[in-house]
Amino acid sequence: MRDARSELTRPIGVRLWLSGGWLMLLACAAIFAPWIAPQDPLAQDLFLGRMPPFWENGSEAGFWLGTDSLGRDVLSRILYGARLAMIVALVAGTLTCLIGASLGLIAGFYRGWPDRIISRFVDIWMAFPPVLFAILLIAVLGTGLTSIIIAIVIIDWTRFARVIRAEALSQSAMDYVASAQVAGRARFGTMLTEILPNVLPTIVALLTLEMGIAVIVEAILSFVNLSISTDSPTWGGMIAEGRISVHQAWWVLVFPLITLFLTVLSFSQLGEGLKDRFDPVLR
Amino acid sequence: MMYQIRDLHLSLPDMTRKPLLGPAPRINILNGLSFDVPQGAVLGIVGGSGSGKSTLGRAMLRLLEPTSGSITFDGIDITHQREAELRSMRRRFQMIFQDPMSSLNPRRRVGGIIAGPLKLHGFDNPRARVDEALDMVGLPRSFASRYPHELSGGQRQRVGIARAIALRPDFILADEIVSGLDVSSQAQVLNLLEELVRELGLTLAFISHDLSVIRRLCSRIVVLHQGKIVEEAETAALFDAPQAEYTRELMRAIPLPDPDQVWI
Ligand SMILES: Nc1ncnc2c1ncn2[C@@H]1O[C@H](COP(=O)(O)OP(=O)(O)OP(=O)(O)O)[C@@H](O)[C@H]1O
Ligand SMILES: [Mg+2]
Repeated sequence: MRDARSELTRPIGVRLWLSGGWLMLLACAAIFAPWIAPQDPLAQDLFLGRMPPFWENGSEAGFWLGTDSLGRDVLSRILYGARLAMIVALVAGTLTCLIGASLGLIAGFYRGWPDRIISRFVDIWMAFPPVLFAILLIAVLGTGLTSIIIAIVIIDWTRFARVIRAEALSQSAMDYVASAQVAGRARFGTMLTEILPNVLPTIVALLTLEMGIAVIVEAILSFVNLSISTDSPTWGGMIAEGRISVHQAWWVLVFPLITLFLTVLSFSQLGEGLKDRFDPVLR
Repeated sequence: MMYQIRDLHLSLPDMTRKPLLGPAPRINILNGLSFDVPQGAVLGIVGGSGSGKSTLGRAMLRLLEPTSGSITFDGIDITHQREAELRSMRRRFQMIFQDPMSSLNPRRRVGGIIAGPLKLHGFDNPRARVDEALDMVGLPRSFASRYPHELSGGQRQRVGIARAIALRPDFILADEIVSGLDVSSQAQVLNLLEELVRELGLTLAFISHDLSVIRRLCSRIVVLHQGKIVEEAETAALFDAPQAEYTRELMRAIPLPDPDQVWI
């Protein structure tokens, strides 16, 4: 009656280490930016314009990743930019997830009229092209952090609703749901204690994906100058500025771009990594 | 009488033939069944695939609502009771499902699966009762911390049995609970069930399409065909002299365990 199956411990995958590590680093950067940033991210000094990163000739001590055309320190701006990126990722990701997943869960589990209403809304929503939708919303709401977050939530809740609805629908057909009814568990309780744990891995995977998407959306909106006011540093804003002077100062474009890329990649890998590690059901 | 079932009809909407507007046409699955399940009886319900056995079982447990007729459980008419009214009674009739892979929540541990219904019905000391239930079905107590996928098929089915008996029900419905198992685990699970019925004084309805399984477990048999009862008799009488042609057909389908023994 003893076998080793339950004694297998799964190693924490490389995926989880790398993506989790990078995101932890970013989180620290965001929180401690005022203390660790070597320079003031807004301080301009035209005599220090377009300094290359530290390993190249003509670099200036204390400006590790060089400076942009206005003489602002690229590293410090990236660190401060992490604040905005992280806030948008966490707040917009979580809100989108809460709203979309709850509606999807209700639609898939209760079916009937709640499902008809929610599914109809999802269909209508999906008919709008998302980028256009976002720009339209920002135009209405005005620029600013809150507007960006609201726009992301309004546009992307359908992603959760659709996937979680399908998942809840297939889980509801399982006998463990009938079994909960036999045990006398109320419908709502069944949804929370039986269905939710089974769709949670998908929710977590979607959530981390959504956080990555939120970071990209924020970057795109700052790129087209629709995000926060231009003086608080954002990765998208830096990329937009760096693009103009890429032939004279590549580092202004490349470093924020790499940071953005790694962040989005890490968010998408984090979901998969967490699932491998914590989902009790080996697939 | 544990169960009294009178003229039970049940139809379900056929979603595949639903017109664009208006209600779906209904297919009749149970067409007027009447039978009794006396206290302490072990009733076998047999029939071919699609004859409505599972539907009947689910109606008896009120997972489905009958269209007409009546189901009386221990003197209480439960035919059309609403879920809220049934809830407090639900402890008394339990079910063991055919496929434990589907009926055990894959993301809960065995201990939690058995303890869940106990907590719901306000049993004190659920942990001790989980251990006791595991003892009764012959599983080590350490299995409480396992997930269903970490068990073998036979062990999973024992967890299903443990969950049902932990509530100390009066009645248990077992729907094809051994058909997914190999022959030796089948025998073990059947032995276990027999023992539990005796020890706990349970009333059992055992659904199967396999007459040889029914024969060894049940005292009385109901034969179902296309949602109707074609024959109802004591086990010995049924095997000695089957009345309905359909019953004889089912019997021809079972392999004879002993070449000298002639049944038909
Ligand atoms: N939800 C449903 N909607 C429509 N028809 C259904 C539904 N569930 C079952 N049926 C039909 O009802 C009939 C009886 O089904 P049931 O599951 O009760 O059969 P069964 O005797 O248990 O068969 P098996 O031995 O294969 O389990 C079948 O013809 C089936 O197609
Ligand atoms: Mg069946």
